[in-house]
Amino acid sequence: MKPPLLEILNLCTAFPIRRGVFSRTVGHVHAVDDVSLTIGHGETLGLVGESGCGKTTLARTVLLLEKAHRGSIHFDGTEITTAPKNVIRNLRRQMQVVFQDPYESLNPRMTVMEIVTEGLLTHRCIERREMEPVAARLLADTGLGREMLHRYPHEFSGGQRQRISIARAIAMQPKLILCDEAVSALDVSIQSQIINLLMDLRERLGLSYLFISHDLSVVRHLADRVAVMYLGRIVESGPAATLMNQPRHPYTKALIAAIPKAGGPRRSQSMRLPGDVPSPANPPPGCPFHPRCPFATAPCRTDRPLLEPCAGRTDAHLVACLRKNEID
Amino acid sequence: MTENQHSTTNASPGRLAWRRFRRHRPAMVALVLLSLLCAAALLAPVISPYPFEQQDLDLGATAPSSQHWLGTDDLGRDMLSRLLHGGRISLAVGVCATLASLCIGVVYGAISGYAGGRTDNVMMRLVDILYALPFTVFVIILMVVFKRNLLLLFIAIGAVEWLTMARIVRGQVLALKEQTFIRAARALGYSHGRILMRHIIPNVIGPIIVYTTLTVPRVILLESFLSFLGLGVQPPMSSWGLLIRDGARMMESYPWMLIYPSLTLSAALLSLNLTGDALRDALDPRALR
Repeated sequence: MKPPLLEILNLCTAFPIRRGVFSRTVGHVHAVDDVSLTIGHGETLGLVGESGCGKTTLARTVLLLEKAHRGSIHFDGTEITTAPKNVIRNLRRQMQVVFQDPYESLNPRMTVMEIVTEGLLTHRCIERREMEPVAARLLADTGLGREMLHRYPHEFSGGQRQRISIARAIAMQPKLILCDEAVSALDVSIQSQIINLLMDLRERLGLSYLFISHDLSVVRHLADRVAVMYLGRIVESGPAATLMNQPRHPYTKALIAAIPKAGGPRRSQSMRLPGDVPSPANPPPGCPFHPRCPFATAPCRTDRPLLEPCAGRTDAHLVACLRKNEID
Repeated sequence: MTENQHSTTNASPGRLAWRRFRRHRPAMVALVLLSLLCAAALLAPVISPYPFEQQDLDLGATAPSSQHWLGTDDLGRDMLSRLLHGGRISLAVGVCATLASLCIGVVYGAISGYAGGRTDNVMMRLVDILYALPFTVFVIILMVVFKRNLLLLFIAIGAVEWLTMARIVRGQVLALKEQTFIRAARALGYSHGRILMRHIIPNVIGPIIVYTTLTVPRVILLESFLSFLGLGVQPPMSSWGLLIRDGARMMESYPWMLIYPSLTLSAALLSLNLTGDALRDALDPRALR
């Protein structure tokens, strides 16, 4: 069987906390704590969770912008956390990224043509004289006109810039694109355009996405599977439809209840979560969610739940909750 | 953003920058003046009415006249000729020392800021140590060891002036490298050299230009200070700084000896600052066209 495109196993990323004159390390912030995920070829995985739960750190670790503390990341069968530099350089062509902030993610001193073809030029995939036609084709693929080739990023709106970012990403003909909150900074109407563009490109180019968002309603449109992250850990993962319709983890339930609905009454008020996310520098023992969980019992405070299938269900839907078989 | 149709689509960034620069009237005047000064300095041996070191002790100091347009100094040397020749030295020191400080400072600062962590720490402590070294002592040692030499003078000045540039650039780079487009560049697999040259340095060009235009005048004045101490240019050679020092001594009896060199230096420095200012604006693509 073909291995999955991206396989993350027991990944931990921690940042040291330094104090004092000699910058002694007094502890660690476990931004990503024992996370395992897979993305198949052509599959889209939605990763949701609130701000600060470690989604972005996970993405940055996969992009090798942060050092993994423990665990492994296999991309297309190659272990990348320990791979030599030249291997990584090649892999980076196949793994591209679209960032959240469309105003910061493009170099203000370069024209659109230079931005979208830079990767191709540095990896010597095209000659300088091919820049213009190649760039024009990429812009056309992302719904921009070729008259925009020679303009600078500041002349574009947020949605257009995000299209430029996407054009830059697909230029390298990658297998996987990491979208780190790629639509969160945009207006709702623009969001849907960009999501449609991403779906369209997925069809045409056979892409896989790791789509990171704090917004379940956005992820629902795009993802085949969804993983929910809380305090650096995956608390629930499964096929998008199953997870959305029959969430098992109380945190997922709360997230889904928080999606605003047009028309109908708000969902049960009881799912509103009390309190705040605990500090990842000092996570609570046991289940990380227990201080805010309405269903927490004594074992929740001491035993750390594992990500496992529910009783009598297929193994595609995994939940990390001690009471997953009791509560509904 | 479709209202930008009138904007040129085929002009190169260089041509656009030049077009923005030309809009800036005072800067254009300054540029012309600067070119004239440079041309005059370059052509000094050809256009000087007298040899710059030719003394006429019987003549002594005379006010400007039809023979000596800018007068003569107390030794009877033609001021215009001395001013032209002095420009050669002053502008050469200004340009060479500034270029040296620019190259070292920008590269050093950019690498230090970009690398960060321990590398940054070590590199910046080295700068601190060099800062603490008294400049005069440093130059005197250089001069004693290597004998008097104009080239060495340039090097000595450049070697001191890059420190501030390095600090400025480092600070800018530290702020810049957290920007998403730098992270994007790293994630997209560009080499560090390319990120530095194409993404970081073009985005710190504004402060670099401003500081460079501030460095040129300082360097020219430094040269005159060294010459005054007898470490730099020696008579009968001249430089603007030297002429101003001599003029300042004679200010009460022979004011023309101070006025003309001072006017020339001020004009050169003012045009440099204006040009630098306009250049910074012109190189920013976000500026109005």
